[in-house]
Amino acid sequence: MSKNDQLHDTLEQAQAETGMESTQDARMGEGVDSRFNSKLRQAFGHTPFILTKFDEFMNWVRGSSMFMLLFGIACCSIEMMHTYAVKHDLDRFGAGVPRASPRQADVIIVPGTIVSKFAPRMKRVYDQMPEPKFVVSMGSCTISGGPFQEGYNVIKGAEEVIPVDIHVPGCPPRPEALIYGVAKLQERIANGESAPVTVKPYELEEFGDLEQDELVQKLADEVDEDDLVMRYNWAESP
Amino acid sequence: MSLEEPRPPTESDVGVTAEGDLDYDELADLLGDHVVDREQHVNAEGFVIRPDEVEAVLSTLRDEAGFDHCSCVTAQEYQDRYESIYHLKKYDDPTQELSVVVPTPRDNPVSQSGAGVFDTAEWHEREAYDLVGVEYEDHPDLRRILLPETWQGHPLSLDYNQDQPQIVPLREHANPMEKRTKVPDDPDTMFVNIGPHHPATHGVLHVKTTLDGEQIADIDPDIGYLHRCEEQMCQQGTYRHQIMPYPDRWDYISAGLLNEWAYARAAEDLADIDVPEYAQVIRTMSAEFSRIAAHLLAVATFALDIYGDFTAIFMYGIRDREVIQNILEDLTGQRLMFNYFRLGGVAWDLPEPREEFFEQIRDFLDEWPERLEEYHNLLTSNELFQLRVVDTGVLPPEEAKSYGATGPVARGSGIDYDLRRDDPYGYYDELEWDVITDDGCDNFSRAVVRLKEMEQSARIIEQCVDLLEDWPEDEREIQSNVPRTLRPDPDKEIYRAVEGAKGELGIYIRSDGTDKPARFKIRSPCFCNLQTLPVMAEGEYVPDMIAALGSLDIVLGEVDR
Ligand code: SF4
Repeated sequence: MSKNDQLHDTLEQAQAETGMESTQDARMGEGVDSRFNSKLRQAFGHTPFILTKFDEFMNWVRGSSMFMLLFGIACCSIEMMHTYAVKHDLDRFGAGVPRASPRQADVIIVPGTIVSKFAPRMKRVYDQMPEPKFVVSMGSCTISGGPFQEGYNVIKGAEEVIPVDIHVPGCPPRPEALIYGVAKLQERIANGESAPVTVKPYELEEFGDLEQDELVQKLADEVDEDDLVMRYNWAESP
Repeated sequence: MSLEEPRPPTESDVGVTAEGDLDYDELADLLGDHVVDREQHVNAEGFVIRPDEVEAVLSTLRDEAGFDHCSCVTAQEYQDRYESIYHLKKYDDPTQELSVVVPTPRDNPVSQSGAGVFDTAEWHEREAYDLVGVEYEDHPDLRRILLPETWQGHPLSLDYNQDQPQIVPLREHANPMEKRTKVPDDPDTMFVNIGPHHPATHGVLHVKTTLDGEQIADIDPDIGYLHRCEEQMCQQGTYRHQIMPYPDRWDYISAGLLNEWAYARAAEDLADIDVPEYAQVIRTMSAEFSRIAAHLLAVATFALDIYGDFTAIFMYGIRDREVIQNILEDLTGQRLMFNYFRLGGVAWDLPEPREEFFEQIRDFLDEWPERLEEYHNLLTSNELFQLRVVDTGVLPPEEAKSYGATGPVARGSGIDYDLRRDDPYGYYDELEWDVITDDGCDNFSRAVVRLKEMEQSARIIEQCVDLLEDWPEDEREIQSNVPRTLRPDPDKEIYRAVEGAKGELGIYIRSDGTDKPARFKIRSPCFCNLQTLPVMAEGEYVPDMIAALGSLDIVLGEVDR
């Protein structure tokens, strides 16, 4: 058995022993059938694993055909409507027309202030979206609570409730800014940087699972053990 | 909801002088021993009454003195007492105002409910209970309205601790009507949640409906999904600059300037600030642009609800809004959150070169009649549209009054009430324009009123542009002298309203001698208009309810504040 034919545990080992830089070099080098050196192969880069390629291909597809969730919360949703409609026409960028049902949407744009009563509902809507799903948060309210940050009822940013891929700052952001944000998201998805969420760490808790403190005991008569709840602590939030 | 029919106003109201002014002494005589004390507020006198006589006083005032409009209920906490103020007015003449002040002790804040007299008090009192903590006896349904029902404490009371944690439940399939109505016992009914995330609810409104077959047996709008603590924010800001950005965010459908005017008017009257005439003309013009933009979206989304697709009318509406937003952006520097008015004037003069700016406006005005005709062709003269909206969502005028409906909703029920004319401010009384009313009382009339109002707004704008073009250059005063820090006298109270896009947008301010208001209460027209939804929808089909909701044109930012 020649040195080159030996089996190796990892790709790196093989490369180190054979002095090859990469598998692509091995394939493209002299003596290899030139039929394998296709333009496509060159374009794809150096790892030949088909799975990676397929992922990349899927990322590209995902980025180019995004279905938005029709989701209006507050003032920012007015600018979001303008972004969808005639002048700015988000559809030109392959970002789809808005879908009314979360079960058909890939991307949720969170356009506005999130308050305590709405936060669990938003979490629920997010959970109902099929994976992979992406979140664009629009406006300063979804970054920090914006102008209402000191409010007794305002959740300080969408990130407190669901994971966010892109933040678009502004109060409200201009439609151009939102388009830029969406385009950035597409770019990130296509590059595989925005990892699709595969676990659901953001599920709501059941009331019975909460730590037994004064507040929980006070509410024990009003709330059932298996009611889903959100506990929010204004003192601990950023 | 009160079961007895509201009485029609008596021929001649007690307490009105021959000139049409209020005679408070005569009113006090009418109420006799009920009046414990009398207070002077900037807008009206306040009669202090005992907490167990609220219903008697309010019904006397309504039936005998003609106060048929309870515009707002303000609750607040003092160091030594709680207080609820009922701001009463007349639909015929809103300058005739009276406040009924009901103090209750701190250790037992219970007062009688006014909901038996004015239906609108029901929600107002629920809000007062929720945020301030006053309890109302005999209230039909005293629950929290804006905050989740498990909330601890009353956030606008003095000893509220904002840092405590709260728990918010999400009850999926619970039937919230179970305890309140008998309907769900009937096996034929079905409970349906509409919202809070639903494209037809115009934001985060949650409508709990109980259906009997296809008809709505019971309906309960559940609000508070956008309660952003606007009142708290305004109470934390200084009069001069820190409050003005917030009004833009109440009714955020481009109606920002109208809202800013509500605050400007209340604060200017509170602190005795004059506004130069030139600034008033600019305010009038820009505010009417805001009104057109707001009505456009109302009509556009109404069409979206009726026809159910994302096409022509909606796109036309947005297209015309873009034109207006461009004009307003040139004027104010922002597309949506203008922050352009200042106490005592506006932030800056018209953009240079002025000719170009005027030309832009004139282009819009030239094109406008044609655009409006197109909307009429697509909507009001369209048979499909008529089939869907004529005679659905009927709101009789008496009910509208009892629920405190204002704006296009009231005018669509034939109530001739427009604060721009009846309680003039700005430059409106110098200009030629008409108040639009329609006697149809249905969804169709409300849409027609909005369309016709846009025409009138364009008329106002045109006259303002004529005036501004010829305004002598050395008299362009945009701002009067206002002290750097405003400190109105302690214990001055005022309630002032303007005609916002959705109706009477009122502000109550109580000053305590500092540079921040001690109590800032917003009377939101949408909040009152939304209360009429059960009247329009019960007994109707679900799609008609959606149409009624669309024709009410609510903005959740203003409903929940
Ligand atoms: S960021 Fe500004 S415009 Fe957007 S929802 Fe918040 S307050 Fe409204």
